[in-house]
Amino acid sequence: MLKINNLHASIEDKAILKGINLEVKPGEVHAIMGPNGSGKSTLASVIAGKEEYEVTEGSIELENEDIEELAAEERAHKGIFLSFQYPVEIPGVSVTNFMKTAINETRKAKGLEDMPAKDMLKMIRDKSELLEIDRKFLSRSLNEGFSGGEKKRNEIFQMAMLEPKLAILDETDSGLDIDALRIVANGVNKLKSKDNAVIVITHYQRLLDHIVPDFVHVLYNGKIVKSGGKELAHELEAKGYDWIKEEVNA
Amino acid sequence: MSKYTEDDLREELKTKEYEYGFFTDIESETFPIGLNEDIVRAISKKKDEPEWMTEWRLEAFKVWKEMDEPEWANVHYQKPDFQSIAYYSAPVAVDPNKTLDDVDPDLLAMYKKLGISIDEQKKMNNIAMDIVVDSVSVATTFKKTLGEKGIIFMSISEAIKEHPELVRKHLGTVVPQKDNFYAALNSAVFSDGSFCYIPKGVKCPMELSTYFRINQAGTGQFERTLVIADEGSYVSYLEGCTAPSRDENQLHAAVVELIALDDAEIKYSTVQNWFPGNAEGKGGVYNFVTKRGLCEKNAKISWTQVETGSAVTWKYPSCVLKGDNSVGEFYSIAVTNNYQQADTGTKMIHLGKNTKSTIISKGISAGKSQNSYRGLVQINPRAENARNFSQCDSLLMGNECGAHTFPYIEAKNKSATIEHEATTSKIGEDQIFYCNQRGIDTEKAIALIVNGFSKEVLNKLPMEFAVEAQKLLEISLEGSVG
Repeated sequence: MLKINNLHASIEDKAILKGINLEVKPGEVHAIMGPNGSGKSTLASVIAGKEEYEVTEGSIELENEDIEELAAEERAHKGIFLSFQYPVEIPGVSVTNFMKTAINETRKAKGLEDMPAKDMLKMIRDKSELLEIDRKFLSRSLNEGFSGGEKKRNEIFQMAMLEPKLAILDETDSGLDIDALRIVANGVNKLKSKDNAVIVITHYQRLLDHIVPDFVHVLYNGKIVKSGGKELAHELEAKGYDWIKEEVNA
Repeated sequence: MSKYTEDDLREELKTKEYEYGFFTDIESETFPIGLNEDIVRAISKKKDEPEWMTEWRLEAFKVWKEMDEPEWANVHYQKPDFQSIAYYSAPVAVDPNKTLDDVDPDLLAMYKKLGISIDEQKKMNNIAMDIVVDSVSVATTFKKTLGEKGIIFMSISEAIKEHPELVRKHLGTVVPQKDNFYAALNSAVFSDGSFCYIPKGVKCPMELSTYFRINQAGTGQFERTLVIADEGSYVSYLEGCTAPSRDENQLHAAVVELIALDDAEIKYSTVQNWFPGNAEGKGGVYNFVTKRGLCEKNAKISWTQVETGSAVTWKYPSCVLKGDNSVGEFYSIAVTNNYQQADTGTKMIHLGKNTKSTIISKGISAGKSQNSYRGLVQINPRAENARNFSQCDSLLMGNECGAHTFPYIEAKNKSATIEHEATTSKIGEDQIFYCNQRGIDTEKAIALIVNGFSKEVLNKLPMEFAVEAQKLLEISLEGSVG
């Protein structure tokens, strides 16, 4: 599904990603871990197509199509979803209105008519139940005055609504208490299928207790320096990142 | 996608033609340019006005001659040469008895281009329209339905002839001839406009609407509107404007007077889209408007405006809260782009006891434009327990525009409660990226963010107008993020 080859990316001439190789197949869950500043969020932004980052070398393919030239919204139309670490506020735009716009813009890009209001309502009802979201919440302005937990749950709600092929969860666990973490993780697990894939970016093991990864990668200084199964996450939790740094620097 | 820079923005804006920038070639009868007593008399004569009206105009002209153009507003422009403007222009061969079918097909085609199909509007929106093109009303609809309720809705020229007692009693009582430079000018030379009277206790069953349009090159337009809501009555009045593209500046100096007698309510909504000038700031309409409403006991006047056009705007729809318990409201969205300048706001004059006013102003600036809110809340000594709430929000796009807020508060009664809130924000790249990531392109994202920002005001507009206003906001701001 996603194939990243020797990806180099920089921002304002500062190299952040220095040769990433990653392949994600349908049905898989990949975890990307690593110390602060290793380039995890940059990787997420580059895959999603944030314009501030410049890809200097390498390629990103989604379903065998090079997506490097595509704008962020075109990548979204092709099924890439990013759950933001810091979701932004848009005052005066309700969650429902935002989702309606997002879904219909995506449909328009595919040459489809707007989703009928009836179907939209049913979808909203189903997905909000799935994520244990109070529907009153959906009439509030997007992320405005939301608690950390509400913001993250809202991100996963949007993921549920947009049904992406590839979902990237950037530090979705940060700012969540244990109950919110469980709800969010359950939501992601329910949305998982053999046809879609998830990349979980996190510092900590605890989210991975709930969303169990097939592969764990350690990102350090812009490169994936170690890959393994879910047991690697446990090892990192127990030993920290220093031993990885030492291994790399040795 | 490559980085969207200020240069891209500039390019894009340059290529964006004014949506309604076309010129319809209708044969017109235009007075010689310049202004003197003879011209004032000629206008009055042309319109077959009674003696008192001619005198009233002349009085205004005398006052105007002695006045200077105001310079206190935060706008800079080449002052119009008032002697190089033609003060009267009418589409030729107008017969007041004409029906829509008789209207110049070119004119109807023009409305169509503007999306104002009269028939459609009539059928679908239940709106009676008094259309003003270059000074003379060419079509009046729904008159009969309104007539059955005793509602008078006609051009002010007709009203001067048919209801002289009403016009004479009220004209100039809210905005006197000598009120200000432009009001005096308007009083002297106003060409036409609308008149509306709602009898006691009558709720006007439909939205009243007028479309104004400047059409003749070099013709200033001086509209005069007078709305009187008698005791216990209600009316919602819609006014919308578009103008064709022009190289030379066009002057628009309208006067609107609203009178809400005891227990009456007037809702006055405006969508203004005069030609704003091109991307270099050339051309565009000068919009110097005086709008004021008078509230008697328990009366309410609500101004809602969406201002997207004009090169220079100078406009302060105001309320004089004379009667006890009267209410004034001002809801405004002002958009400026390219080199547009807007100095707009409101005055809430609290005279009566327990009077209440609300001001919600949303300013959106893009390009190199300057957008100022100027508002006065005045609580007079007799106004016990007056209340005001003001909120002024500004949204900036790019780094070359300006937003300014000039709130004036004068409280001469200690029991007053006055609240003022103000915010300034900028559309951020993060907001845009967030929308992009959800599949919403940048244009649409801006529209979404702007609509969210403007929601409190858009919600105050009648439904069909809100849709039009939303569209206008989108058109006005296309490609405006830096």
